[in-house]
Amino acid sequence: MTSPTVTARLGSLIRLLIGRLASALGWLLLAWLAWQLWRWGVQHAVWLPDADACRAAAHQAGARGACWGVVTEKALPMLLGHYPAEAWWRPVAMLTGSSVMLAVWATAAPRHRLMLWGVAGLVWLPASVALLHGGPLSLPVVPSDDWGGLPLTLLLFLSSWWLSVPIGVGLALARRQAGAMGWLATVVIEAIRGVPLVTLLFAAVFVLPLVLPQDATPPVLARAGVALVLFASAYLAEIVRGGLQTIPTEQHEAGEVLGLSHWGIQRRIVLPQAIRVALPALTGHAIGLLKDTSLVVVVGLHELTGGLSLALSGDPLWRPFYFEAYLFVGLIYALMCLALSMGGRRLERRWLTG
Amino acid sequence: MWDFLWQPAGFDIGETGLLTHDASQPLWWALTVGLANTLRVALPGLVLCTVLALGVALLRRHGPGAWGAMATGYIEVIRNVPLLLQLLIWYFLIIEVLPDSTEAVLLVPGVWLSKGGLAIPWPELAAAGGLHWSMPEQGPFNVSGGAALSPEYLALLAALSVYTSAFLAEVIRSGLDAVSPSLLEAADTLGATRWQQITQVLLPQAWRSVVPGATNQYLNLIKNSSLAVAIGYPDLVSVGNTTINQTGQVLACVGIMMATYLSLSLMAAALMNWFNQRHALKGSAQ
Repeated sequence: MTSPTVTARLGSLIRLLIGRLASALGWLLLAWLAWQLWRWGVQHAVWLPDADACRAAAHQAGARGACWGVVTEKALPMLLGHYPAEAWWRPVAMLTGSSVMLAVWATAAPRHRLMLWGVAGLVWLPASVALLHGGPLSLPVVPSDDWGGLPLTLLLFLSSWWLSVPIGVGLALARRQAGAMGWLATVVIEAIRGVPLVTLLFAAVFVLPLVLPQDATPPVLARAGVALVLFASAYLAEIVRGGLQTIPTEQHEAGEVLGLSHWGIQRRIVLPQAIRVALPALTGHAIGLLKDTSLVVVVGLHELTGGLSLALSGDPLWRPFYFEAYLFVGLIYALMCLALSMGGRRLERRWLTG
Repeated sequence: MWDFLWQPAGFDIGETGLLTHDASQPLWWALTVGLANTLRVALPGLVLCTVLALGVALLRRHGPGAWGAMATGYIEVIRNVPLLLQLLIWYFLIIEVLPDSTEAVLLVPGVWLSKGGLAIPWPELAAAGGLHWSMPEQGPFNVSGGAALSPEYLALLAALSVYTSAFLAEVIRSGLDAVSPSLLEAADTLGATRWQQITQVLLPQAWRSVVPGATNQYLNLIKNSSLAVAIGYPDLVSVGNTTINQTGQVLACVGIMMATYLSLSLMAAALMNWFNQRHALKGSAQ
């Protein structure tokens, strides 16, 4: 009679032991990884822009070191692309302005946020473009083909996100309509979501010049921007539609009883709730869009990822240290994404309690 | 408008997989080889990312201590860095850090890894009839024999599988979390073994909520394979891009690319709808 219980006890004892062992192994592995990273990235790393020291450190058997010197040496072209070096203060001013705007927006009271969002777009977007271009401010003109690096990433991301919100919400509302309008919105959304962003970029950059008259063709940057806006709007529309579907139809009827118009009901009752429901997905959408701006490289724009290739290619001295430069750029992206997801979570909390 | 597709391509394609192509063959065939290359990287990518994602999701949910933390770290790092950058990193690691092809590493017998790519055994038709395995061998200048997977292919496969696995792992995890633990307790009370609880209670229910999200991720993987153009792997978009440069047929080429991906997406959507109808909760509305 006792033997089944004994085997059962033995079994659970063995399982416990295996669990403990696996846990200990995990911590050991983690500690070893952290130790290796420390040795490579900090202890034996070269911080000065000295390519020879970097080469020596990379081949030191048993004590390989990272070459952060490549970042020290190439930071400016990596972050600004081939924007003329003497006018470096303009992109820097644009970056500072953007950060201030984002900080103000993130800390503003929720009820002011929508208005601020409109103002930010209407003021920030033209101001940034004017600053980078220079023409409207009677500064030396820098054509948009020469913009690059982090300012370009931010410009592409923020402007296409800003524009995709009204377009996406419009598409989502249109898709819920019966008849030709709903059908048209469905086709537009599904067609854009069904193709890779790269082909949309190709279409916007190569096909638009064929359709538009020669002298009215906007620069590559604007055309790539059109593709990004379309892409972002289609995905945003589906997220908002998901949110709209959670709002019971009784609320619509209640609005009608109160005498609100159809659009009044959408604007005051349905959309605020739908967007609140969709907020986590909207944060994910913004993060995805930020990462996707890197794809404009394929049409010859040099934002953060492209700026890196521009800064390092053609310089054989630093060629072996692409990896460290990639990590640096990856870190910038990761920090921006982290800021976005923290901002999104903060918005969710404030909105739920407020 | 479509006549140009029957012109000779005028360019070679670096790697053609099981198909063959040379510059004298028509453009439509070059584009087909491009599509085949897209599928050649996307289909193994789907399998690889699923395996990785299952592992990461299970580690994150059930991994003791550090394992769970490592899975979370993996997901967060991978999801917050652009795929293009990860692709460039993989490509750089392969062509810069791996040993030269004169001194390739033998991973397992018959599989060699070097800057030149991965050489694997491959079945070949023998002259005397019948199949025999062609084994790659280290020669004085490179690895020869067998089949070779190019560095571009390997980088794209690795980047796509790893990137998608981080998203897929979260889809799987939330699907598993969506199954109420009281159901498992109920099964336990009824005397079901742990294995029965997993295969007959947990998985059938998690499955239903995982499939739509997983389909989206699989579609993303297929569409993201178009990033091949950034490292010069000759997928549909790369070949299409070359065709645009050679013939100037922008509208037709962009149209072909978009239509191809769109039909792949629609096929996947149809497959998912069919699955959903088959597995919808019996007795629930619709």
